[in-house]
Amino acid sequence: MCETCGCSESERRFVEVEVHESILAANERQAAHNREHFQAARTLAINLMGSPGSGKTALLEATAAALGGRRSIAAMSGDLATDRDAERLRAAGIPAVAITTGSACHLDAEMVHDALHQQLWASRGTRTGSYEPAELLFIENIGNLVCPAVFDLGQSSNVVALAVTEGEDKPLKYPVMFQRADLVVLTKTDLLPYLDGVSVAGVRLNLEQVAPAATLLPLSAKTGAGIGAWIAWLETQRRAGGIESAAARLHDAR
Amino acid sequence: MHEYTIVQALIDRVAEAARGYDAPRVTEVRVRIGELAGVETALLRKAYDVFRERTLCRDAPLVIESAAARWACPRCHRDVAAAGVLRCARCDRPAILVEGGEIVLERVAMEVQ
Repeated sequence: MCETCGCSESERRFVEVEVHESILAANERQAAHNREHFQAARTLAINLMGSPGSGKTALLEATAAALGGRRSIAAMSGDLATDRDAERLRAAGIPAVAITTGSACHLDAEMVHDALHQQLWASRGTRTGSYEPAELLFIENIGNLVCPAVFDLGQSSNVVALAVTEGEDKPLKYPVMFQRADLVVLTKTDLLPYLDGVSVAGVRLNLEQVAPAATLLPLSAKTGAGIGAWIAWLETQRRAGGIESAAARLHDAR
Repeated sequence: MHEYTIVQALIDRVAEAARGYDAPRVTEVRVRIGELAGVETALLRKAYDVFRERTLCRDAPLVIESAAARWACPRCHRDVAAAGVLRCARCDRPAILVEGGEIVLERVAMEVQ
């Protein structure tokens, strides 16, 4: 017993517990589970990220048009409010569900899992009577260049959409998002003639300073320029069974 | 503000560690945050202060170790300087991030009975 005040200080014991585990381990376990689903279903799952207005939904509309039914596509679309993006995608012939997050600034692996089972795959099963997962699943993340980068969803690849109108310095300003990208799609290139100080070469140079391994693919959903290369990239990913993703590389680095 | 999500996960994980020792009180939480982890340490600290009340962590200071970004060549494994274009000058390969992306709970100090 403590002689000063009579408390039982001397009986207190302290331990230090070594954990050395990712704080987001629970999300990473859920993401690994999602990844198993996608692999079993032979679905190429793309985590499509980018600012609000970077052209993510327009890219998917153009993708559906270019594929013309040669590949089955599905999408889930994250937004804080409304299911406008999901509606646009459905109008373009893509079975799509909205993940409305309220105030959350990113999707996580559990939201994606719930959307798969409770909505996307479940509703397809009900409608068609047989369950057939899509060959390509696009997970359109919340429009945000910060938070979505941190959460693994179980995707095969990370794609970041960057519109030419956002300026060529975005990779330098938001290095974490671009560092996670397997592919950066530079959208709205039809607007390049109207912009001063923005060039594909300039974006590429900035990208090489934060995400040297990422591929840069300029395209315009409006004119169709570059859409062929985008479809070819998706086919390459499918054949490769999903490239070693930025998320997996990051996991190894941890 | 995904820092709130991270703090929620952190406190859950600390509670799990404390349960294993039947500890009534945690006295220190130590984490390591990479420069390119996408976590703002000032925000993380603020979020922790908000969330820790009424949890086992209420008296536990949060100690944050920072990890600088380190890039290396995937072929020759030499470090590539984190300035300018991130490419190995010898092998002409794009560098990969080998350190600086981590969000790790390192250690939990606690009082046990």
